[in-house]
Amino acid sequence: MPVQVPDLTPAVPQIYVLIMTCVTLLVSLFASKKHSAWTYILSQLTLLGAIVLTLLYFHHKSQVTFHGNMIVDHVSMLLTIFICAITFFVLLYSRDYIKQHKMPNTEYHVLVLFSTLGMMILVSSYSFVSIYVGLELFTLPLYALIALRRDSAVYSEAAMKYFVMGAIASGMLLYGLSMIYGATGSVQIAEVVKVISALPSSQHLIILFGLVFVIAGVAFKLGAVPFHMWVPDVYDGSPNTVTLMIATGPKIAAFGLVIRLLAETMPDVQLAWSHALMLIAVLSIGLGNIVAIVQSNIKRMLAYSSIAQMGYMLLGVIAGTANGYAAAMFYVLIYSLMSLAAFGLVAMLSRDGIDIQHIEDLRGLNERNPWLAFMMLIVMFSMAGIPPLAGFMAKIGVLEAVIAVGHVWLAAVALLFAIVGAYYYIRVVKVMYFDDPLQSTRIDLPTGDMRVALTVNGLSVLALGIFPGILMSLCQAAF
Amino acid sequence: MISLSAYLSVGAVLFGISLAGIMLNRKNLILILMCIELMLLAVNTNFIAFSHYLKNNTGEIFVFFILAVAAAETAIGLAILMVLFRRGKTIKVEKLNTLKG
Repeated sequence: MPVQVPDLTPAVPQIYVLIMTCVTLLVSLFASKKHSAWTYILSQLTLLGAIVLTLLYFHHKSQVTFHGNMIVDHVSMLLTIFICAITFFVLLYSRDYIKQHKMPNTEYHVLVLFSTLGMMILVSSYSFVSIYVGLELFTLPLYALIALRRDSAVYSEAAMKYFVMGAIASGMLLYGLSMIYGATGSVQIAEVVKVISALPSSQHLIILFGLVFVIAGVAFKLGAVPFHMWVPDVYDGSPNTVTLMIATGPKIAAFGLVIRLLAETMPDVQLAWSHALMLIAVLSIGLGNIVAIVQSNIKRMLAYSSIAQMGYMLLGVIAGTANGYAAAMFYVLIYSLMSLAAFGLVAMLSRDGIDIQHIEDLRGLNERNPWLAFMMLIVMFSMAGIPPLAGFMAKIGVLEAVIAVGHVWLAAVALLFAIVGAYYYIRVVKVMYFDDPLQSTRIDLPTGDMRVALTVNGLSVLALGIFPGILMSLCQAAF
Repeated sequence: MISLSAYLSVGAVLFGISLAGIMLNRKNLILILMCIELMLLAVNTNFIAFSHYLKNNTGEIFVFFILAVAAAETAIGLAILMVLFRRGKTIKVEKLNTLKG
């Protein structure tokens, strides 16, 4: 049987990242310690190149390649661009931290790049096999990244917890997928959709059985209640830059997983999974917002806030309409920008013996550096959903989507908890602006490019709140 | 001839045992790693059984992917276990309690 060579052009960004990651690994292996900056430069070129290559392909229509295992459509391209751009900022923000804390430079960059590659494969996968491989490629490097700092047992404990939870999640997901494969006889999403819609609803039982496990696996990866136990521990126990990595890109990738596995694979049993997600969303929003109030550790507080934010994102998915998916996508992109800025600030201020751990460590930040305090203020207000910031537009979008399909009570609950949630975000602002600083010395970010990057990051949250049109229409065009 | 449901029951029982093992075990981290492996084997049993009864080999190919990834996963798990043991001199699950709040 002759082997058919698949059309490789849509996969060029992924192939490029793979090759460049290997090149980075080899170059850093042979470069002397003096030239360790090359690792950083090559990694950033990899990510920038991937963005450019994806942009060059952006005008194409959706295309399925690799014998139906991979799809390149506007969802995957938009998510890929954001994943690469956010990882670019993550590497920029963490450059000083890994030097200060003597983390292995090469390993850090290469693991981050491999994880990014996994996310890129995941968001453009179109069969269960590529979903599984992409998922593992993006999570396995993250386990290693957490354990990379070996100077304290906390890191390896967090890595172990993340590893066990992640492995259970993949196991559950696979068990569900095996059931769906058994019911439909195919692992390719295009085929599975056809078979499911042809089945009479009396034979949906085995699919629903598989669906339960799939939803559990997906919720684990999103970090939504009741599968959220790992989130605060892992965020708290990871080195600050790794928390930054875990809290941004993987959320976008997990959204891609939700879209591919639920929205695209099983539109015919939408009622079933949207009911399950409704429960997950309400519990996440409620528990995340309430438990975050009592946290004094800033990373734990942001962890619980991320649980709540994922609940809001799920509201858009629950709606099950094109508008809802677009709103959820907008939400997750905005959320990752906000958490990039918040965790980035925490990571970059952790230097010269100061490790930002508690909210109290930010006391009087306004007096010590007004611009940084202002950036943090933008991010906190945006997460709380205060106009005119991007978080407000994102919340409006998902609430509108659930109201449009008639779940007014869901929107009411979400809104109520948004008010509860505003308390702990504004508390950070109060600590920064109205409490006296413990030391009055000025603090600043390590280098000029980091200052510029954080400013761009913070102001983008403001700009996307005032002019959400461009990104919103891109999201809407994707579905 | 063994029926499909027999295979699926074996898969479900293996899956249940592995899940219970992870949840109930308070003593040893290596047991958790073994349970994770068992969980993936339960999935493999399912895939192979379906593949045989559906007469298409997609499931068998999927199993190869799962086996390869499971090996990588175990390697990373054991590496983390080594780091953990060197730091804390113990691999008891109940000792993993520094992080809480």
